[in-house]
Amino acid sequence: MRGVSKRFGGVVALRGVDVTIERHEKVAILGPSGSGKSTLLQIVAGLLDAEVGSVNVEGALLAKERLGRCAMMPQRDLLLPWRSALDNAAIACENRGMKRSEARARTRPFFERFGLGAFEDVSPAQLSGGMRQRVSFIRTLMADKDVLLLDEPFGALDSITRAQMQEWLLLAMADVPRTVLLVTHDVEEALLLGDAVIVLSSRPGRVVRVLDSRVDSGRSRRETVTSPEFVALKEQALEAIE
Amino acid sequence: MSATRHADAAGAIEGSAARDLETFDDVPEKSCSPARRAVTSYGAAAVLIVVLIGLWQLIVELAHYPAYLIPTPTEVASSLWHDWNPILGSAARTTLVEVLIGYAIATAAGIGIAVALHLIGPLRRAVYPLLIASQTIPVVVLAPILVVLFGYGIVPKLVIVALICFFPVVVNGLDGLRSVDDDFIRMMRTLDASRLAIFRRVEFPAALPLIFSGMRISATFASIGAVFGEWAGSNAGLGYVMLEATPNLQTARIFAAIVILTVVSILLFGAVSLAERFIAPWARQRDRT
Repeated sequence: MRGVSKRFGGVVALRGVDVTIERHEKVAILGPSGSGKSTLLQIVAGLLDAEVGSVNVEGALLAKERLGRCAMMPQRDLLLPWRSALDNAAIACENRGMKRSEARARTRPFFERFGLGAFEDVSPAQLSGGMRQRVSFIRTLMADKDVLLLDEPFGALDSITRAQMQEWLLLAMADVPRTVLLVTHDVEEALLLGDAVIVLSSRPGRVVRVLDSRVDSGRSRRETVTSPEFVALKEQALEAIE
Repeated sequence: MSATRHADAAGAIEGSAARDLETFDDVPEKSCSPARRAVTSYGAAAVLIVVLIGLWQLIVELAHYPAYLIPTPTEVASSLWHDWNPILGSAARTTLVEVLIGYAIATAAGIGIAVALHLIGPLRRAVYPLLIASQTIPVVVLAPILVVLFGYGIVPKLVIVALICFFPVVVNGLDGLRSVDDDFIRMMRTLDASRLAIFRRVEFPAALPLIFSGMRISATFASIGAVFGEWAGSNAGLGYVMLEATPNLQTARIFAAIVILTVVSILLFGAVSLAERFIAPWARQRDRT
């Protein structure tokens, strides 16, 4: 993805937001609630149109075209209770016209790979919050798009599960190269998961700072989060929000 | 990204997944025998019915009401037993057929109309108000006209049953189809879903529980509709038996016919509930959360 810039006028949530994201880069958008983060994501996804400005996702300029380039993982897992975990994750394949059995066969390896091996035929109600989000992530992945948009994917989880899921997502993203745009109001999450962090101001949302948050990825989450560089980055991010 | 590190992570995740499940095992499942569960869910109703029947018997006997005014439960039971052949049994069969076919038509039409109104916005705005207005027309008044139109056969009964029963299905179905959270629709749109795919995979399954509750409501109306139809003009069925019994002061037989109608309604209601349990088991899951 390259050359994404957009601007919105009026009372709308976002004002003059310019963002460029390289292909397969992982960018976190950090902002307080009400800064228009989710709106921004929906515009990129092609669910909404920018009032002013333009969005270019790998050459797709129209909202309808962008819809075909991006897959969005919502804040709530939105798993369908009448489908098993595997059938939920396979829904994007079915939407593209694949037969159910083929869609399931395609999706099954990802359950193995992402630690859900024994839970293919379990109904979503029987899964824990973290597992439901994993199924939701696989569903987004199965859409087979180059751009993944994650809208506060772990916002509904408790902090311990969230920490586990961040670590999991880091590995999962390293495993499947995609361009990732993640929206969050959690400073640590943004710095940890993004190669770059774009800090938005509160309403109207403007870009106030872009931080390079490439931290040494060889370490565990705990080591990273408590390292001096990370703490320094965190301070910069918090300062930018203020 | 090394393969070993990923394998480790997967192991850690599986470990945590197993722990997650264990906590679910701790939740005590209500493990009663089916017989005991039947007693807890229907016991109170059964006791109440027995008490009411006993009271009825007692009051009628103490007050010395004549049987042509108010028969005792034992007289009704005796009529059920003695009049079954040849009168009540065949009448019940006739009415049952009218109820079942009329109800099936109503359900199919109700779901079809709800889906059409949901998918086609202008149609919904045009037709929905008319549909509601149509329900204010008393079907009892329509019945004689339908008999003139369609004759003494089964057709006017089916029309009346269907007219009475389709409305709750349409209203509930439409509500169910429109109740789907926009977030689900958005999620499906970013996953390449066409309008039809959203309908098939999200909206229709989501609406099924409400469609079934509409069907349960109309199940209780179906036998009333059949009797209306038979009153307006017929030579068979429970409604016809009632009409014939009234001038002959065979009140016990009328009550016996009512008992049969009640049983038909309850069985239909039960069948719909059973079908729901198989076709849309998630409806009950959602109730619990």
